[in-house]
Amino acid sequence: MVAEPLVWAIFLLPLLSFLLISLVIRPLFNRIAVISGYLLIAALSVSLVLSLVILVNVAQGADASYAAHTWIDLGDAAIEVGILLDPVTAVMLFVVSGVSLLVQIYSLGYMKGDPGIARYFAYMSLFTASMLGLVLSANIVQLYAFWELVGLSSYLLIGFWHDRPSAAAAAKKAFIVTRIGDVGFLLAIIYLFFHASQFAAEGLNALHIPDIWQAAQPLATGGAVLGGTALTLICLGIFAGAAGKSGQFPLHSWLPDAMEGPTPVSALIHAATMVAAGVFLVARFFPLFQEARDAMMVVALVGGFTAFAAATLGLVMNDIKRVMAYSTISQLGYMMAALGLGAFGPALFHLFTHAFFKALLFLGAGCVNHASGTFNMRYMGGLRTFMPWTYALLVVGGLSLVGIAPLSGFWSKDEIITAAWLGGGPVDPWVAQTVLALLVAAALLTAFYTFRMVFLTFHGEFRGGGAQELKDAEESGSAQPSAVSQEVHLAESPRVMVAPMAVLGIAAVLAGYIANPQWIKSLLGIPWHWFSYFVESAVLYGHPETPPFNWAVAGISTAVAVAGIGLAYLLYARAKEGMTSPAGMAEASDAGGEHSEGHNHDHGHAHVDVAPQQADPLERGGIIYTLLYRKYFVDELYEGLLVRRIFYRFFAGITDWLDRSLVDGIVDLTGWLTRQFGRLAAQFQTGQVQFYGAVIVLGAVLILVGYIAFGTGLGG
Amino acid sequence: MSLESMLVVAAALFAIGLYGALARNNVIAVLMSIEIMFNAVNLTVVAFSKYVAPLALRQEIGSVLTGQVFAVFIITVAAAEIALGLGIVFAMYRNTESVSLSEANQLRH
Repeated sequence: MVAEPLVWAIFLLPLLSFLLISLVIRPLFNRIAVISGYLLIAALSVSLVLSLVILVNVAQGADASYAAHTWIDLGDAAIEVGILLDPVTAVMLFVVSGVSLLVQIYSLGYMKGDPGIARYFAYMSLFTASMLGLVLSANIVQLYAFWELVGLSSYLLIGFWHDRPSAAAAAKKAFIVTRIGDVGFLLAIIYLFFHASQFAAEGLNALHIPDIWQAAQPLATGGAVLGGTALTLICLGIFAGAAGKSGQFPLHSWLPDAMEGPTPVSALIHAATMVAAGVFLVARFFPLFQEARDAMMVVALVGGFTAFAAATLGLVMNDIKRVMAYSTISQLGYMMAALGLGAFGPALFHLFTHAFFKALLFLGAGCVNHASGTFNMRYMGGLRTFMPWTYALLVVGGLSLVGIAPLSGFWSKDEIITAAWLGGGPVDPWVAQTVLALLVAAALLTAFYTFRMVFLTFHGEFRGGGAQELKDAEESGSAQPSAVSQEVHLAESPRVMVAPMAVLGIAAVLAGYIANPQWIKSLLGIPWHWFSYFVESAVLYGHPETPPFNWAVAGISTAVAVAGIGLAYLLYARAKEGMTSPAGMAEASDAGGEHSEGHNHDHGHAHVDVAPQQADPLERGGIIYTLLYRKYFVDELYEGLLVRRIFYRFFAGITDWLDRSLVDGIVDLTGWLTRQFGRLAAQFQTGQVQFYGAVIVLGAVLILVGYIAFGTGLGG
Repeated sequence: MSLESMLVVAAALFAIGLYGALARNNVIAVLMSIEIMFNAVNLTVVAFSKYVAPLALRQEIGSVLTGQVFAVFIITVAAAEIALGLGIVFAMYRNTESVSLSEANQLRH
């Protein structure tokens, strides 16, 4: 058993780093702010080592139960602070601290020279600490506090470049949209709190997570502490919170906009960890969901639909990070669908592999942005020759995302599709079949958009990068360019950025197979299906099962993936490949070399051959293309209908009217009355002493007459 | 001389003084009217002292002079008051070249 302070240290070290950076380094040593990055990296290294120790301990079956510390005693329900260390927590600790460490190392290169670098690392520390605290929480209120803290750090980091109006707007949108989902989560907590006496009657604490699991289980006397409609509603409330964080339809619209944040932020928060917190939350309360079949069905269908719909949107985006954002939403949909189908192990396995390859893809997008000065893929192209490492790693990440054997994404996605294929979970067969169809279709689309991205970015000829984009934007007078700096710098990224990507690349290749050897009984001492069984052992009730490897499913998903890649090749790579002459490539690479010395992009721009803009072949899709390009008009629906019509005009109109007429009316009336009374009273204030005297005499006489007429006499 | 006749004279004096104090526009005349009212009060005090002081008290100490002492006090205070009042009237005259009460309303503004 690992000592409790060591477990707390995983969470406290990044928190300490946050305090040191924001209270000491930023105010006092801002000139050498880059040390804040080293401080955070050191803290995270220790956290990672501790996480590994804990993972090994938990995997070997060591006792990992810790007594909770009472924080606020409220009678029936004490709010406690404690550690819930089970296999899911152990895996999440490893993923969060590991990916965060790699992303921080990458950030040293990516954020180099940014004036706000101390602030950046302070926010990153806060985020990592909150995320680690979130996965460790044993109490639902404790979990909710960290849940909101990761939301806060996400807000701060999306709006990191707050002088960009679009970044500020995106941060606000992310905060508000996730908050809508959080209302559901909060309502579930409030329900538990107000029914604490029923829990207490069974000797349970309504806010302690393992007690909540137990409450949902049938009692010997029949029924359950938590059951029926109430349980379904609680599950749906929890799922609403999870859907907000994980960008599930219809609360997905914030995640693509969140790409306004710095790219390492997108890699860590909006791909690998925070958005997976929603999946983690549903997994955390999985014993409840198992008892609520209707809620399971909702989770499965929402997940399946999100996986498909987000993939269709990813087809037409021109911004490389937005393609990946939709891809992330889609993959999170896979995880949710797996949970809904009762496939607990596969969902977390996909979370695990996805964290590595999606972080890799995002970091690759950051490198591409550094080289080309843009995020718009229409201005990229041909980067393969300038940055071979990035190219190779992005292809590895892409293939893993698409699900090509033997890369990690294949194994995890395959398990999810197999679970839908077998459909033996708690939901009805038609739900499993619908989800299966959606997931397979999404797999085809995933392959297509991923390789559309690879071909547009790395193949063909260079199309001018940020400089060209800026020029075009100025000519057409359109909005701000996609990247913060438009500097074109066609060269491979520095080692500090490529090295973390290489580590993630290795993980993306091996994580799936090594962690979970699929058809060998044992590999390097790791047993068959080890990973899924390991995380499933965290579910103390109901015992979900991971389906065995299925050749038919593997064949179908591979065929679909290859078909998608082939389609992307036909549309985006073949025609343009022929146009690039070897001489032209050499010339371009020379220009790139020159360019890396002189940082003047206008100068470099003249040397680099700029290929003409070409229409996207998908534009031939006509109305469907427009529908996808405008994101199913969801933003228009939310902005135009919900926000503007209903909130601004209707709700705001009513409150505005109430404020103007009622509230202002009362205030005005008070003032008016006082003024009128004052005007009346001022009539007596003549300044004539004799008038005052006369009034005093009159008063005295009146009192005297009053006494004589009604009183009992002056003296008596 | 009875108590009633003294009180009637005092009441008449007080009424005349009150009328003068409220109706005359000249500050000096108002001050004089106030003096009349003081003396009306003095008269009642002395009269009451003479006619209605408790019998037991009168038998014990021969004669009761409380009202008379009060009257002397009032005369003293009235002298002080008139000195102060005339000072104010002088100051007022220096500033506005007028001793009219209806024009002395600066404190209103």
